Amino acid sequence: MLDVLGVEKRFRSGADEVLALSGIDLHLDRGDFLTVIGSNGAGKSTLLHVICGVLLPTTGRVRLGGIDVTCTPAYRRARRISRIVQDPMKGTAPSMTVAENLALASKRRGRTLRRAISRRRRAAFVERLSDLGVDLTARLDDPVSTLSGGERQALAVSMATLSRPDLLLLDEHTAALDPKNAERIVELTRAFVEEEALTTIMVTHNMDQAIELGNRLLMMHKGQIVHEVRDEVKRQTRVCDLVDLFSRRHVVDDELLLDPT
Amino acid sequence: MGSILIHAAEQGFAYGIAALGVFITFRILRFPDLTVDGSFVTGAAIASSLLTSMGVDPFLTLAAAFGAGCIAGMVTGFLHTRLGITDLLAGVLSMIMLYSINLRIMGKPSISLLRVATLSDVVERALSPLGAVAILAVLAGMTLLIKFVLDAFFRTEFGLALRATGDNEAMIVAQGVNTKSMKVFGLALSNGLVALSGALVAQYSGFADVGMGVGTIVTGLAAVIVGGSLIRSRRIGWMTASVLVGSLVYRVAVMFALRYGYLIGFQASDLKLVTSLIVIVALVIPTVRERLMRKVGSC
Repeated sequence: MLDVLGVEKRFRSGADEVLALSGIDLHLDRGDFLTVIGSNGAGKSTLLHVICGVLLPTTGRVRLGGIDVTCTPAYRRARRISRIVQDPMKGTAPSMTVAENLALASKRRGRTLRRAISRRRRAAFVERLSDLGVDLTARLDDPVSTLSGGERQALAVSMATLSRPDLLLLDEHTAALDPKNAERIVELTRAFVEEEALTTIMVTHNMDQAIELGNRLLMMHKGQIVHEVRDEVKRQTRVCDLVDLFSRRHVVDDELLLDPT
Repeated sequence: MGSILIHAAEQGFAYGIAALGVFITFRILRFPDLTVDGSFVTGAAIASSLLTSMGVDPFLTLAAAFGAGCIAGMVTGFLHTRLGITDLLAGVLSMIMLYSINLRIMGKPSISLLRVATLSDVVERALSPLGAVAILAVLAGMTLLIKFVLDAFFRTEFGLALRATGDNEAMIVAQGVNTKSMKVFGLALSNGLVALSGALVAQYSGFADVGMGVGTIVTGLAAVIVGGSLIRSRRIGWMTASVLVGSLVYRVAVMFALRYGYLIGFQASDLKLVTSLIVIVALVIPTVRERLMRKVGSC
């Protein structure tokens, strides 16, 4: 489904050059659910940005479903790739209504001059929102700016999975939420991903989350993939194992150990 | 008094179309587009030249003006999205280029339409039973038609994507929209409407002048802001309605200022100064209000 081949990403050039990604090779099969952990500056988000096309790699290729998309602009990749970002303010259009946001997400190509919110679509939205567990059905015509962070992120999850993407990218999408809301969003994500067997990459700071979710786990450090486990091995991995791995690579930082969850 | 009010209303509707254009860039796309100062004249110039030199049907000149305005907007969009020139500068460059182009179109700085059959003449003849309100009825009908077409457009899949481009660009890219093309489209539509308005104003007032577009952006903004403070709504239908109400209120206010303003020493030439001051005050109010709120609070 996804191939990342020898990807390198440098920011700036000359003396203060930063090597954000170096020699990344990654292959995902259809239905894979990969969690990615790593300290700040490990290159996790950069990797997602290269995959979705917001950033272009300095060298290397990105293939999606066998097709080379390295030079395909982000908006065109978005027809097949969904993503949810950390900041709940950024994943939705704030001054537009909940229904309008869902309408924007339900068609990713060939937007026509047809009415965006037909009666039939509206009914589908209500049904969709009733799956969320947060009560947004009565707020279909409210602007998204009046929603709480948790509600917005729930809406973002719903929008990202609405058009059955080939690939779902989650960039610490629960990190800005309080623990209770974060848990709810994780459950919601898991439900949608399992229901539609979505190929997923989830970047997270939360090691419990990384272990609990998905069939593959990947650890990054200083722009490289330093450890990878999958399936049976992943199931048996514990948080202490990961901390151990981190410390063996002298990459332990306070943030990892003091993670509140 | 009555006839003066009718004139003010006529202007309110005729300039209201330009205000709708400014609304599209300023409010929907959040792109402060100065092209309008030039494209307004382009519309007037195209219509006047077609009427005087070729005797084209007055209604057809409106379509030509709209098309020319669209092209002007596309140029600004190209400068901004493809060549990476900042939004304000792209608009200024287009506006200045249009000054020369408008002179080329007209062939001279000013064209009188007194000797040709303009839209006003056609309408007055066709709707003579309506008498004094014939032109007002046609202008109101046209403007409202445009408003309702725009409303319907902004509720389509494509229209929604255009609104989202101004609201949260990163988000709508992630939803598969080419925001560069959207901006070019929005600028084209906006300037098309502004040029159409220019063509109407020229035929209504009986002349086209190369300087008649100065301040179009400010009067457009005045309508958008005044209307927006009178009718506060996030619904697109109410928002476009507020722009037209703002345009009408502004024109009536201008009429009063021109008629009775001399009592306080107001001259017609002060109009642009006063309009700009109104826009400044309206733009600053939210900031001042927030600062006052903070003072009432802890500091």
